[in-house]
Amino acid sequence: MSAEAISENGAKSDFWDGVRLSMPVVVASAPFALLFGALAVDNGFSVIEAFLMSATVFGGASQMVGIELFGQHVAPWLIVLSIFAVNFRHVLYSAGIGRRIAHWPLVQQAIGYFVLTDPQFAVAERKAEAGETVGFAWYMGLGLPVYVFWVIESALGAVFGKLIPDTHALGIDFLLPIYFLGLVMSFRIRPLWLPVVVASAAASIIAYKTVGSPWHVSIGALAGVLLAVILPPRHSGVEARP
Amino acid sequence: MSTTLWIIVAASIATYLTRIGGHLVISRFDHIHPRVEAGLNAVPAAVLTTLVAPAALSAGPAEWGALVVAGLVSLRGGLMAMFLAGAAVLILARQVVG
Repeated sequence: MSAEAISENGAKSDFWDGVRLSMPVVVASAPFALLFGALAVDNGFSVIEAFLMSATVFGGASQMVGIELFGQHVAPWLIVLSIFAVNFRHVLYSAGIGRRIAHWPLVQQAIGYFVLTDPQFAVAERKAEAGETVGFAWYMGLGLPVYVFWVIESALGAVFGKLIPDTHALGIDFLLPIYFLGLVMSFRIRPLWLPVVVASAAASIIAYKTVGSPWHVSIGALAGVLLAVILPPRHSGVEARP
Repeated sequence: MSTTLWIIVAASIATYLTRIGGHLVISRFDHIHPRVEAGLNAVPAAVLTTLVAPAALSAGPAEWGALVVAGLVSLRGGLMAMFLAGAAVLILARQVVG
């Protein structure tokens, strides 16, 4: 067997190793993909648009935020800015994973960054920390199934979302705030979480009552972020790091 | 091209920039100012809270019940468990109070 054939077989088995690790992520994200599709249609998206958004943005929480704001007829630039804000955490993943995949050809790196989601970062970082090389085949084995299922299930959700007759009785219109509460709670281990949440909640409610929607989103978010910036760094738990 | 399509295209570019930007920009700096890092850390909770709080305030008993139960479940369970619990309470309560 030639060296090339051996390395090709190695890449194949690496790919399938990645696929195996992707399965829990595929299962866990399926309901949210279906839900995104259904909610997108409920908020005025067409099936094609829901499909396109999943295929190009590929970020669950940010897509939910986007369609919620779209349904509230928020200005387009503010929708894009909000999606950018929700996805901003990827900057940190990107900075972290960069040194693990720097040995790939540039085109492979460009593709790799496209599928850099929360679980993708977590699983790849764990492999790197265990001293193993993060290869392109393994990385795409992990990322590709998540992407393909996410896009297909979004379209399915959009198709079947159109068929739901009474969205109020099924609570469809209030599922997103519940989902967002879950995301807020998932960040509760972060320093300053409670003060930030309290500041953002208070500011957004006041802005909602006075300035009105959609500005309560920007004003509330700004209040929480500013509080984190203003409070002495010893409270934010970041000064210990190099 | 429709407004919706423009939003999708712009959002996908903005999102890709966050995924590649950290590698291109942040990794060139030796360190980030602690206050900037604290601000960045606060972004997700701050943005997401604004999508819950006003909605909760203008809702009714069915929605409040769902949020309380979902919040409690999230202390122990994962995102999916809390979401299903909240959705179940919401649907059941709406059959009663409309």
